[in-house]
Amino acid sequence: MAVTSGYLGSEKANAEHHEEEHDPRESLMYDPRPRGEMNAMVMESMHTTSWKFWVVLGVLAFLVATCFFYAWGYMIAEGLGVAGVNRPAYWGVFLVNTVFWIGISHAGTFISAILRVMKAEFRRPFTRAAELMTTFGLIQAGASIFMHLGRVWLAYWMFPIPNERQLWPNFHSPLMWDLLAITTYVLGSTMYLFLPLIPDLAMARDRSTGWRKTFYRILALGFRGTEGEWRHLTTAMNIFAFAIIPVMFSVHTIVSWDFAMASRPGWSSTVFGPYFVLGALHSGMGAVAIVLVIMRATMKHMDYFIRKEHFDALGKLMMIVSFTYAYFFFNDYIVQWYGGDKWTDTLLHWLEEGPMAWMFYQMIAFNIVIPFLTLWNKRVRTTPWLLALIGGLINVGMYWERYIIVPVMLSINRMPFTWRLYEPGIEIYLTIGTFAMFLLFYMIASRLIPLIPVWEVQEGQMVHSLRKVGKAHVPTVSEFE
Amino acid sequence: MSNLNIDLNRVGAKGALAEEADGKWGMVIDQDVCTGCQACVAACAMENNIPFVMEEDAAYGRTLHWIRIERFWEGEYPEVRTTPYQPMLCQQCGSAPCEPVCPVFASVHSQAQELNLQVYNRCIGTRYCANNCPYQVRTFNWRDYAIEPFHANDFDGQLVFPLHNQFNPDVTVRRRGIMEKCTFCIQRIHKAEDKAKSEGRAVEDGEFTTACAQACPTNAITFGLLDDSESLVSQLANHKHGYRHLEEMNTLPRITYLQEG
Repeated sequence: MAVTSGYLGSEKANAEHHEEEHDPRESLMYDPRPRGEMNAMVMESMHTTSWKFWVVLGVLAFLVATCFFYAWGYMIAEGLGVAGVNRPAYWGVFLVNTVFWIGISHAGTFISAILRVMKAEFRRPFTRAAELMTTFGLIQAGASIFMHLGRVWLAYWMFPIPNERQLWPNFHSPLMWDLLAITTYVLGSTMYLFLPLIPDLAMARDRSTGWRKTFYRILALGFRGTEGEWRHLTTAMNIFAFAIIPVMFSVHTIVSWDFAMASRPGWSSTVFGPYFVLGALHSGMGAVAIVLVIMRATMKHMDYFIRKEHFDALGKLMMIVSFTYAYFFFNDYIVQWYGGDKWTDTLLHWLEEGPMAWMFYQMIAFNIVIPFLTLWNKRVRTTPWLLALIGGLINVGMYWERYIIVPVMLSINRMPFTWRLYEPGIEIYLTIGTFAMFLLFYMIASRLIPLIPVWEVQEGQMVHSLRKVGKAHVPTVSEFE
Repeated sequence: MSNLNIDLNRVGAKGALAEEADGKWGMVIDQDVCTGCQACVAACAMENNIPFVMEEDAAYGRTLHWIRIERFWEGEYPEVRTTPYQPMLCQQCGSAPCEPVCPVFASVHSQAQELNLQVYNRCIGTRYCANNCPYQVRTFNWRDYAIEPFHANDFDGQLVFPLHNQFNPDVTVRRRGIMEKCTFCIQRIHKAEDKAKSEGRAVEDGEFTTACAQACPTNAITFGLLDDSESLVSQLANHKHGYRHLEEMNTLPRITYLQEG
């Protein structure tokens, strides 16, 4: 009997088993700290800035001023001739950037809304970081759309507002749907960023002085943490978490319709909707990995909140997304090839052996081959710099994917006389400008708002428990709502 | 509304919006006669105030010509022969792909003329119409070409634009950031219609023609009323050598090309 009790019921045996499988230093849930201490850590991470921070901030601000505002102003004054767009590639890097930044923004919604609805525990410490990417990414996407307009000063003509021209916008146009979808997404995701931020802003308000206190007091909307306030907040967050998911799917589907609705070889593909959504998640996950690694390396106390388990879970997610992306990728290309349309055939052959073939093969390597070959390995997934590198390669691959879809596919059309390659001009500076602006906003935000949702981490640690399923102990979270 | 017998098989994806497949104005281009002399390109540029764009932009695919002469080669070197010249301009589609994609109704269909028109002052330059045009005949004003210094003479530091003196007063000068394309010389259509109306008659066949047709030394281009079965253009349009470009797109082009081949 002693032998069997040692196997089945003995506390000691289970404890040892548990020790083997879960190193407390690897799991945030097994390493709880008092709430006050965590609050202080997050506050300190906001306040601690080294001179390096200001140097990087200054460089980014300079890049934003020159590459974004000056370059854009110059382009508005001179006309789009300073960019690389031509006939037949009427759309160029600006649209690539738009699709790319909307893709980046999808990670935030996916991680915070879908994983929140699914009650995935590993999401807790980095929902905020991902949501910030949504908002800041969408700002860049919107700016890129406006950059691409020939007469940007008349962009408001697309808005359905009463006007002296007695003219309503054309709701047949996919660009009109785009405008509405992106506006909805910006508003929805900003509110969804703000709601879970309120308790943390209130926390910061109670622990700061001077202008910061005023800043947080205004933003926290007088949140005191009473039972009723929490109930309302949870309800609102639940509504938004569920409501933002269809918005997220619709936005990138509609962006893909800009291409899929046009009757061009390579574009007119019915699978573009889900293909773009998955592509967005693919690049978004990679970007989240990069941001988390940078946060962990540069900000104080972040190694407590962001641990190997999170990188591990994110790596698994990246691999699954990569699998689904591969499915849609081959679905798109193989079905188009099978269709046997003369012009599509020409285009596909040109892609595989033309001057842009290097980009085509790099796209396959970075988006599919490298994630497949590396992310199955736990050691790779839990090595932050390696995960960030893979995330970076995925983002390069996804950028190439959009580049191939927009200017490269535009180079081939039904009028061979007009075939011509596209070379980016001032777009290169403006691309640098949007990247710099994204990072600049992110760095400023990291000083102003808690990048770790303390209350969510605390909540996870409080309700976390071990459950016995058969012989194994599974970490679970008790239902509480 | 007497003759609404539309052949539904010939009407495009937008459905039968009371738009007749045949159209009002049409053009026939005889490729067997075309010598590729580019007189139509020059005449069109003068008639429609199209500026030139200098070598660099032209080589990069930014010419603003509303009509272009395409030519291709057949066969492997040294047995190469050119195919017949192929003037390509806006086909004035009955079911135009450029129209539904414009968010601000800058690319519209004229119900009176049954032409596909570009309203310059509505255009905000999304360039979606040009991407969706299977004929690639829409051109974009990448810069303010008409007032670029290369159009000017320099008199003691002051720029003088002699070419501005030959602007056609009936046609707008487009600024940067605007899409434009062939209008079938709608200013001439309006002028002829106004004249006919003041004289209390209908527009006669051959009374006027477009700038490209007028300039063509071999009369390869014929322009006129398609809905008049007596007119030269409608007779030529039904010629047995006639074909239309990218007919499989179901865009209902109004230009018929003749080629014996």
